[in-house]
Amino acid sequence: MTEDISPLLGRLGPDALPLYSWVAMGGAMVTVAGGLGFLAIVTWLGKWRELWSGWITSVDHKRIGIMYIVLALIMLIRGFVDAIMMRLQQALAMDGGGYLPPEHFEQIFSSHGTIMIFFMAMPFVTGLMNFAVPLQIGARDVAFPVMNSISFWLTAAGAGLVLVSLVIGKFSTAGWTGYPPYSGVQFTPGVGVDYWIWAVLVSGVGSTLTGINFVVTILRKRTTGMTLMHMPMFTWTALCSSILIVFAFPALTVVTAMLALDRTVGTHFFTNDGGGNVMNFMNLFWIWGHPEVYILILPAFGIFSEVVATFSSKRLFGYPSLVYATMVIAVLSFTVWLHHFFTMGAGANVNAIFGIATMVIAVPTGVKVFDWLFTMYRGRIRFEPPMLFTLGFMCLFVVGGMSGVLLAIPPINYATHNTTFLVAHFHNMIIPGALFGYVAGYMYWFPKAFGFRLDRNWGARAFWFWFTGFILAFMPLYVIGLMGMPRRMESYANPDWQPWLIIAFLGACLILLGIVSLGIQLWVSVRDRVRLAAEADDPWDGRTLEWSTSSPPPAWNYTELPIVSVRDSFHEAKLTGKPIPTAPLTASIHVPRNTAVGPVIGFAGFCVGFGVIWFIWWLAAVGLALVATTLIARSFADDTESEAFPGRGTGIS
Amino acid sequence: MTGPIAEAEKLLLLKASGLMLLVVVPVILMALAFAWRYRATNDRAAYSPDWDRSRVVEITVWGIPAIMVGLLATMVWDKTHALDPYKPLPGGEPLLVQAVALNWKWLFIYPDHGIATVNELAIPADRPVSFRVTSQVAMNSFIIPDLGGQIYAMAGMETQLNLQANEPGKMQGRNMQFSGTGFPQQTFDVLAMTEADFDGWIERVRASDQALDDRSFAEISQPSIAAPVTYFASAPQGFFAGLLAGSADMPHAADTTAEGAGN
Amino acid sequence: MTTAVRHSDSEVSFGFWLYLMSDAILFGLIFATFVVMSTNLAGGPGGTDLFSMTNLSMQTALLLTSSLTVALAHHAAMEERIGPALVWLALTFALGAGFLVLEVRELSGFVASGAGPNRSGYLSAFFTLLSTHGLHVSAGLIWIGTMMMQLLLKGPNSRVLSRLSRLTLFWHFLDIVWIGIFSVVYLPELF
Repeated sequence: MTEDISPLLGRLGPDALPLYSWVAMGGAMVTVAGGLGFLAIVTWLGKWRELWSGWITSVDHKRIGIMYIVLALIMLIRGFVDAIMMRLQQALAMDGGGYLPPEHFEQIFSSHGTIMIFFMAMPFVTGLMNFAVPLQIGARDVAFPVMNSISFWLTAAGAGLVLVSLVIGKFSTAGWTGYPPYSGVQFTPGVGVDYWIWAVLVSGVGSTLTGINFVVTILRKRTTGMTLMHMPMFTWTALCSSILIVFAFPALTVVTAMLALDRTVGTHFFTNDGGGNVMNFMNLFWIWGHPEVYILILPAFGIFSEVVATFSSKRLFGYPSLVYATMVIAVLSFTVWLHHFFTMGAGANVNAIFGIATMVIAVPTGVKVFDWLFTMYRGRIRFEPPMLFTLGFMCLFVVGGMSGVLLAIPPINYATHNTTFLVAHFHNMIIPGALFGYVAGYMYWFPKAFGFRLDRNWGARAFWFWFTGFILAFMPLYVIGLMGMPRRMESYANPDWQPWLIIAFLGACLILLGIVSLGIQLWVSVRDRVRLAAEADDPWDGRTLEWSTSSPPPAWNYTELPIVSVRDSFHEAKLTGKPIPTAPLTASIHVPRNTAVGPVIGFAGFCVGFGVIWFIWWLAAVGLALVATTLIARSFADDTESEAFPGRGTGIS
Repeated sequence: MTGPIAEAEKLLLLKASGLMLLVVVPVILMALAFAWRYRATNDRAAYSPDWDRSRVVEITVWGIPAIMVGLLATMVWDKTHALDPYKPLPGGEPLLVQAVALNWKWLFIYPDHGIATVNELAIPADRPVSFRVTSQVAMNSFIIPDLGGQIYAMAGMETQLNLQANEPGKMQGRNMQFSGTGFPQQTFDVLAMTEADFDGWIERVRASDQALDDRSFAEISQPSIAAPVTYFASAPQGFFAGLLAGSADMPHAADTTAEGAGN
Repeated sequence: MTTAVRHSDSEVSFGFWLYLMSDAILFGLIFATFVVMSTNLAGGPGGTDLFSMTNLSMQTALLLTSSLTVALAHHAAMEERIGPALVWLALTFALGAGFLVLEVRELSGFVASGAGPNRSGYLSAFFTLLSTHGLHVSAGLIWIGTMMMQLLLKGPNSRVLSRLSRLTLFWHFLDIVWIGIFSVVYLPELF
C-alpha cells in the first residue's frame, strides 16, 4: 500500500470526492447546498453582524445552550436520514436486493451511531443543561463562560468533521464503537476511521470541559439558601452527569488516541500482530461507554421529574429517594462495562458478577419510575406535550429496562448479543429514555428561552408520531433479533425476516412524520408568537426558580438574586402570595464581554483534526499553534467584562 | 432443530421475562390508569398537592425491584455457571472441532480425523461438540443460533464453545460480528447427522483431492464472499496451534484488506 | 465592589482540581495499558535492554529540583519579590527544558536502534506514556514563559498570583506522574 503524500495536501486528492455511488453524491450535494444556502440566507438578510456578536461570540449560557440545541436538531435530521436509509435498505435487501452498495451501507450505520450519540444526544443534553441549570440555581451564568463557549465550538468542530466526511473522503465503516482490529489500517485503510476518531476526540475535549464547568457551577454558584437538597431534580441529574463526564471521558480520549496512533504512527496497541491487545480497546471503550449511557439518560430523568411534578400540579414524590437513586446509578455505572462483551470468553464467575452488577442498576431505576407514578397519583394532570412525552417514556422505558435485564443475563446474552434484539434494546433506552426527555425539555423551557410557547396541537401530533413510530420501528427488531438476525446486515437471505423489516421501515416513516411535526410546530409557533406569548414568564404554573424571572431572562438572569428557603421556592411564593425574597443589589451587574476565543479554538480544533486525517501536517501544526496563541493572548486580557445593569444601592437611591 | 444449550437458554429467557412482566405490566397499567384518573378535568378525583412522601410506598418501591433483582441474581449465578460456554457437556467424549474465521468464511479443522473443511460443519447428533475458535482476520463472533451460545473469535487467542444437537438435520451458523464487506454472507452449513452418516461424511472429505497446507491455506485466506464448500482430505497435526502462535507472521498485510476485496 | 459574574478564585482552583483529577485518570488508564502490554514484546527489546540508569537519574533529578524551584518562585511572587520570582521561574524553565532534552534524546536513541513505538505493543505503550508526560511538560514550559511575561508586564496582581499557584500545582502533578513512571516503567527493569 503506497500512497502519494504531498506536503501541501497530504493524501487529499481528486479521488476524495464521493463519486462511488449516486446516493453518496446526492448526500454530498445536499450537504454543500445546505451550507451554501445558510450562508446565502444570512447574507441576504444582512444578519452577519447579529450572528457574530449575538451568537457566535456570545458567552451567555442561555445562548450557548440554544446553539447546542440547534446543532443537536440539525444533527438529529442528519442522523435520521441515515436511519431511514438503513431501514429502507433492509426492507428491500432480501437476497441481495436494496439500493445501497455494502461500503456505503457500512458508512451509514457507522455515521448514524456516531452522530446520534456524540452530535445529537450529547449536544442536546448539554444544551438543556446550559440553558436551565444556572437559572434553576439562581446563578448569573456558569462558572466559566468563556470555557463554555470553547466547549460548544469544539463540539461543533467535531460535528463539522462528520459533515465534511460526506463531501471530502469517506466516513468510517467500523461502526460507532470502532472496534479494532477491524478499525485498524490493516482492514480499513483510508480516512474513514480517522474521521471518526478525530470527530470524537475533538468533541470529547469539549465535553470534558463542560463536565468540569458544570460541577463547579452547581457546587459553587448556587444562590443563597439553595442547599443541595433544595436543588431542582434536573440540576441534581446534571450534577451527576457532569461528574460522570469528568471521570469517564478520559477513557474515551485515551482509547481513541491510541487507535489514532495505531493508524497514523504504526503503533501496536490494538493490532493483530506486534503484540497488540484488542481486548484492551473494548475494556477502555466501555469504561467510558457505559457511564456515557447514564450521562445521556440521567438529565432526561431530571427533565421527566420536573415535567411530571409541574404538569401534575403536585410536589415531586420521594425527592430524597430520587436523589439517592441518581447517585447510586452514577456510581454503579462504572461497575458494569464488561456486560458489553460477555461473549469474549471471560469465566463464568466474572460474567455472572458483571451480570448481577448490571441488574442492580435496575433497582434505583425502578424506584425512579415508581416515584414518578406516585407523583401523578392524586395530582391534577394537564396533558401538555412535555407531559405526553413523559407518559410515553414511562410506558416504553420499562420494556427497554426489561430487555436490558435480559441482555444482562449472560446465557441469554450469548444467544442475543450482536443481534437486532440488542439494537432494539439500546434504541428503547435512548429514544424513549433520553430523546423523549430532551424533546420534553425543549418544549418545556422553550417559552423561557424565547418568550412564547410552542404550539400545543403540533406538539401532541409530534408525540403520537414518535410514540407509535417507535413501537413499529423497534418492536419488530426485538422479534427478528430473537430469530437470530445479526445487526449491521447489508443484505440477508432469510425470508422470515423481511415482513418485520418492512414494518420497521414503516415505523421509521412515522418517526419521520414526528420530526416533520416538530418542524411545523416550530414554524407555526414563530408565526403565532404573539398569541403564544401570553403568560410566557410562567406558562406551566412552574414550581422552580427559573419560572420566576422574565421570559426571555436578561443576560444576567436575575437582577436581584433570589434567596430561597424551600425546594419548590417559586411554587411556595405563589401559594403564599409573598414574592421570593431577594438580595438587594448594591452594585452594578457586570457580564463577561463577547469573545472570539471559543469560535477560534473550535476552528483550530477542526484544522487539527482535518490536518491529521489527511496527513496535511502543516495544517495540524497551524491549528495547534492557533490554540496555544489564542489561550495565551486571552490570559493577557484584563478587561473582559462590561457593565450590563447599573447598580441601585450605590448611594443614589 | 435445537440442542440442550439452546433449549436451556430459551427456557431461561421465558422464565426471566415472565418474572419481570409481573412488575412491568402493572407499571404500564398504573401509568395509564393514574394519568386517566387524575386528569385535570376530572374534578371528582382526589387531589393532594403536598403529598410527597410515604414510608410504606418508599419501602415498597425500593423493595419490589430489590426482591426482583435478588431472584434474578440467583438465577444469573446458577445459569451462568451451568451454561458456561467453556463447560464440557455431559454425554461422553466430545467431538473436537477447531474453527478459524477468515475473510469471509469459516475453516473447520477436525484434529481427531485429520481433515478440514470450508463453510461446512458436520457433527454427529446427540453427541457433545467442543469448539476451539480463533480468527486470522478482524474479530468475528461464532454462533449457530439453533444450538445456542456465541463466542468471539480473535486473532492469536483461543476461545471455546460447547454445543450439542438433539437430532439430525441441517442448520446454519455464521459470524455475528461485523467484519467488512462479506459479513452478511459469512454463513456456513451445519449438518447434524447420525454417527453412521457422520462416518460416511468423513470418508467423503477424505476422498477429496485437496490437502490443507500453507499453500492451500494462503489461497483460502484470500478474501472472498460466499466461498464454496471445500473439503481437505488431510490437515496437518498442530495446524491450528500454529495459526494461534504465528498469526503475527501471516501474509495478510495488504491483501486481506476490505478495499482489496470489496468493490 | 461589583456583583460581577467573574468567577472567584476558589471557583477557578476548584475547576483546576477537577481538571487534574480528570488528567490523573487519563494517566492512570495509560499506566494500566502499559501494565497490560508490559509483556507484549513481540520479539523486540524490553526495558532491561534499553534503559540507562544515568539518564533516568539525571531526568529525575532535574524534574524533582524543578518542583522545588517552582515552589520558590510562587513563594517569592506571593511576597511581591518579582526579581527572585522571575529567576526561580527561569530556573524551572531551564530544568524542565533539560528534562525534555534528555527525554527526547533517550527516545530518539531508541528509535534509531530499531526500538521505536511501532516495534512492539510494549514499546507503543512505553512511548505513549512517556510522550504524554513529555507533552504535559512542554505545555508547562509554555505556561512558565507566559507567567514570566505576565509577572513582568502586570506585576503580581491577584489574577497573576492565582495563575501562578495553579502552575505550581500543575508542575507538582507532573512530578508525581514522573514518580509513577519511574516506579512502574523503569524500576522493575533496572533493579
